[in-house]
Amino acid sequence: MSKPKVIVFSGYGLNCEEETLFAFTQAGAVGEIVHINDIISKKKKLADYQIAALPGGFSYGDDTGSGKAYANKLKNHLSGDLKTFAESDKLIIGICNGFQILTNTGLLPGALLANDSARYTVRWVDVKVTSESPWLTGIKTMMLPVAHGEGKYYADKKTLASLKRHDQVALHYTKGEISKHFNLPPNPNGALEDIAGITGYTGRVLGLMPHPERAMFFTQLPHWTYLKAHNAKVLLSGEGPGLQIFRNAVNYFSK
Amino acid sequence: MVPHIVDVYPVVPDSRGEVRKRQFEQVCHGSVTEVHVFERYLIDAKLTPTQLSVAASALANSTFEKASINPKKSAFTFQYAIEIGFLSGVTDNVGATAKESIEDTLKKKFKDREAVYSSQVFFVSGSLSEADANAIADTIYNPLIQRASIYRYAQYGKALKAGAVVPRVSLRPVTTSVVNLDLSDAELIEIGKSGIKNIDGSRRGPLALDLGSMKVIRNYFKGLGRNPNDIELESLAQTWSEHCKHTIFAGPLDEVSEGIYKRYIKGATNDIRKAKGNNDFCVSVFKDNSGAIVFDDEHVVTHKVETHNSPSALDPFGGAITGILGVNRDTLGFGLGAKPVINYYGFCFADPRDTTVLYRDQAKTQKLLSARRIMDGVIAGVNAGGNCSGIPTPQGFVNFHPRFRGKPLVFVGTVGLMPRKKAGRDLISKKAQPGDYVVMVGGRVGQDGIHGATFSSVVLDSASPATAVQIGDPITQKKMSDAVVKEARDLNLYSSITDNGAGGLSCSVAEMARESNGFEVDLATVPVKYPGLAPWQIWISESQERLTLAVPPKKWNQFQKLMASRGVEATRIGTFTESGKAIVKHKGKTVMSIELEFLHEGLPVKYQTSKKPVMSAQVSSGKLQVSNQVLLDLLAMPGVTSTAFISSQYDQEVQGSSVTKPLQGRGRVNADATVSRPLLTSNKGVVLGQGLYPEYSEADPYRMAAAAIDTAIRSGVAAGADPDYMAILDNFCWSSSDEPERLYQLKEAARACYDYATAFGTPFISGKDSMFNDFKGFDADGKPVKISAPPTLLISSISVIPDMTKSVTLDFKKPGDLIYIVGETHDEAGQVPAVDAATNLAAYRALHQAIKKDLIVSAVSLSRYGLVLALTRSAIAGQLGAVISTDGDLLSETQGRILVSVAPQQQKAFEKAMAGVFTAQLGTVTENSDIAISSGGTTVLSLPLDKATKAYHSTFKNY
Repeated sequence: MSKPKVIVFSGYGLNCEEETLFAFTQAGAVGEIVHINDIISKKKKLADYQIAALPGGFSYGDDTGSGKAYANKLKNHLSGDLKTFAESDKLIIGICNGFQILTNTGLLPGALLANDSARYTVRWVDVKVTSESPWLTGIKTMMLPVAHGEGKYYADKKTLASLKRHDQVALHYTKGEISKHFNLPPNPNGALEDIAGITGYTGRVLGLMPHPERAMFFTQLPHWTYLKAHNAKVLLSGEGPGLQIFRNAVNYFSK
Repeated sequence: MVPHIVDVYPVVPDSRGEVRKRQFEQVCHGSVTEVHVFERYLIDAKLTPTQLSVAASALANSTFEKASINPKKSAFTFQYAIEIGFLSGVTDNVGATAKESIEDTLKKKFKDREAVYSSQVFFVSGSLSEADANAIADTIYNPLIQRASIYRYAQYGKALKAGAVVPRVSLRPVTTSVVNLDLSDAELIEIGKSGIKNIDGSRRGPLALDLGSMKVIRNYFKGLGRNPNDIELESLAQTWSEHCKHTIFAGPLDEVSEGIYKRYIKGATNDIRKAKGNNDFCVSVFKDNSGAIVFDDEHVVTHKVETHNSPSALDPFGGAITGILGVNRDTLGFGLGAKPVINYYGFCFADPRDTTVLYRDQAKTQKLLSARRIMDGVIAGVNAGGNCSGIPTPQGFVNFHPRFRGKPLVFVGTVGLMPRKKAGRDLISKKAQPGDYVVMVGGRVGQDGIHGATFSSVVLDSASPATAVQIGDPITQKKMSDAVVKEARDLNLYSSITDNGAGGLSCSVAEMARESNGFEVDLATVPVKYPGLAPWQIWISESQERLTLAVPPKKWNQFQKLMASRGVEATRIGTFTESGKAIVKHKGKTVMSIELEFLHEGLPVKYQTSKKPVMSAQVSSGKLQVSNQVLLDLLAMPGVTSTAFISSQYDQEVQGSSVTKPLQGRGRVNADATVSRPLLTSNKGVVLGQGLYPEYSEADPYRMAAAAIDTAIRSGVAAGADPDYMAILDNFCWSSSDEPERLYQLKEAARACYDYATAFGTPFISGKDSMFNDFKGFDADGKPVKISAPPTLLISSISVIPDMTKSVTLDFKKPGDLIYIVGETHDEAGQVPAVDAATNLAAYRALHQAIKKDLIVSAVSLSRYGLVLALTRSAIAGQLGAVISTDGDLLSETQGRILVSVAPQQQKAFEKAMAGVFTAQLGTVTENSDIAISSGGTTVLSLPLDKATKAYHSTFKNY
């Protein structure tokens, strides 16, 4: 079985590219971090990859609105390539700022607005999986961290109805282990109907606000020392809940 | 050309307006019913109507926003519109991104002076008076960097029709002038203090050169047969500044002829390294931009902690963001470039509820920002700088003291990770070679940040220059950082690198030129933000986000191409030479030509004498009797109370390296130390902790420093750090350091640094001092006031552990677990506690072994407010009760103590591991939700957990 090849976008301040690539390689993919200008200048070709990841955060420092300027760059130079990629039997993931970029390009519907607190917020959340997607196979719920200032999902009534009709609402914030343990409200930002992530192109394109690449290890959980005290058998070198997403992507190409 | 206005606004409910509404209501007498926030872009460029419409669509997301082009009136009614924009020349990040996005979308390059300027407009409805509108504007703008325009609804349309005014910088070009130094002592002193005289009689701003230095400079130029040019004098002032040369720390003090830095700080490290022999883990100490220790066989970790106090007093946001971005560059500038992997912060504020009004001038026109504004601004600055740069911020602290009202202390630190070798090249050492190009990378040069180095070497008063304030641009820096450390470094494209920080090019180039022994720079080649800058301004400007590199000529093409393809500006501005000379040219004319040796070593030696002040041996706080109410009050007190609102806005998860969090346990209690895993392929952990006791300084600076060191080590050990693999950093933030009494305190603190660093075996690897944290101004009645920050020594600790799964958090975890105190409590009521290093080190070593054997369930260091606070924090964090019994003083701040919980089945193993160390079982963790303490059979305290939790999270709940 050949390993799928991943491209992780970088440039203009976009961060999380290293841990996102690390997550894919942990899951068995091969890949590289590519500066967007190297694709625009044709030094690298999008068509050479099976999985494209727009990692998150802070392209252009969120100036003029998160994801907007990087999305403009994509639209101005690569909109055709990106659309072809999405329409072929390939996978795209947009995490946090990557999700904001995907909605700004129009590849995924809706938008991410300023949090209800109007402030950048870092915490862990619980999400439940509510639709079919190659990215989410076999996952029911996950504990993942969020870190964003503009993560409140919004779509107008028509778009929301269409999303539901087409089974595109993939992730909902939910009351689970994290919100119970830390006594936190499940929804961290006021997102419409608790939406944390959506899909497009029959599940192949996933956009989500939480960061699965920051939940690769057991020791990244916010209460791992508590869990350790309560169950000495817990595998300290064990994996975290986010890894399965990346493994699913790799498995998709080994079928 | 009339600039175009593009207003972008949301057409769906906007939380930003809601939050602003609540904020404005607090400062208004009238009611606020509605606030709308618009982003305004002033496009100062020639565009066709079609182009303008395309540009506007690039600035608005049509899913929820609309763009209004050159509006002639408001689409809705309001009472006041308040527009906040930048003053001319102030960094405008949003404007810069908008310009870049518009250019890319239109496939059209803006002309040289064409630009986009951003502002925000707040449309406020309600029943407001004009005074209310002014009060609102006062809470959201800083007159040193921003402009506010307030319009009533009736005037607004007229104002729009009048057209926008852009804050474009227009300077009258200035050339280099000669400064006559054949003057009286009084006049030399005035130049040194207030700066070179302009033609109009005004002064250019502080040189911070004393009479002795001015005379040495005069003599030097006499020897050359001429007077200095302004640029030469300015350049010397930068290089010789307290900020850059640390003259107080380095100069002779009393009998310490080599200076206290050399004897006590560097001396400690030298002795420790010798004693450690083969176990020495130091790699690079004191000589580079950061200090470095061994991480593993392939990598080093670096650490550096800076302060940015003076700028933060004037512009808290700008000061703090430039502080954090600046210390990031101390990481990028270490060796051939380390990658920033952890950010760290420490803030010393006055209570934000303090309403004292202070002015910088007697006429009461220059109001000092309120304590609350300073705190909010500093917090937001580190937020923007750290988060935008993708660097996690797990660790930090906030300390409060009324004497931080004049100048806050803003500590910012960065840990870096760097391979020792790459492609066969040693990355730790660097050397600019004669013939290498002097290359400036990153941002452009403007008037912002002129005299920053000399300004921070003096007292804050009405003469403090506004040009000393800069705003950081994290994206320019992030692009540069990624291109240099993640690409150019490993392609071996340069031979040396350093930060462009204090003193700008004048310091970075001159410093790097010591490697080759000379340089020649042409200032006309330096990219500037706007024309008209004088040569001396270009040379010393501290405009941010710049690195200086030495690039070999044969690598230059490849380097320049790489930078261009990453959207990073790199410019060749000169050549490193071996002439022994510092030569600067401008448009073919030599404007500076002095010996490198004089520039670096010409500074006259200043003999300092100290004098023992009258000190009270007592710590001021009287003896408190612990009760439920006393504890509740403590928990709500700034300095003790939760600062979760800061931790939860600083991303600690980015890079995937977080192991233990800044907020620990179900009750989310702020931790004293945290553990990170900077290299995901390794199990190694980096533990960061700290200690500081400004409240002890006036009573006993020696013991104060000892306690800070002990606490920095102890807090780390409680989190899992290895006391035998730990380095420390010193940041002295003193006040009035030209007074002999303050020098006495400084010397005492430095002496303790030597004694305790060597006793613990924890080498200093880096440090930075700030010597004049004083404010001289006027109170509400116009009476002169001087507020000096209490002498503050921050000790930061860094430790590398082999297995991060052995990290410990402070929360109680299981009912039935046994609560122990490690370390004996001494009767030191009312005194500054003394530190017994040998006893404490033995305890820390034993505890560390117990932690490695998984015998410890929770651990927390006892520091401020002693046992009662440590116990309460662990209980709140675990959301579990505790029952303990003790005869000791519950508030004692005896050093060397750690409170731990141990599973009952591990009791024997724990006690065995702690053999020989004072350890006492105090009680147990309970399911019962009370914190109960008894003494001699009598209940001292019995506080319901929910009350304690509520009090702990109350004070800053809505911050």
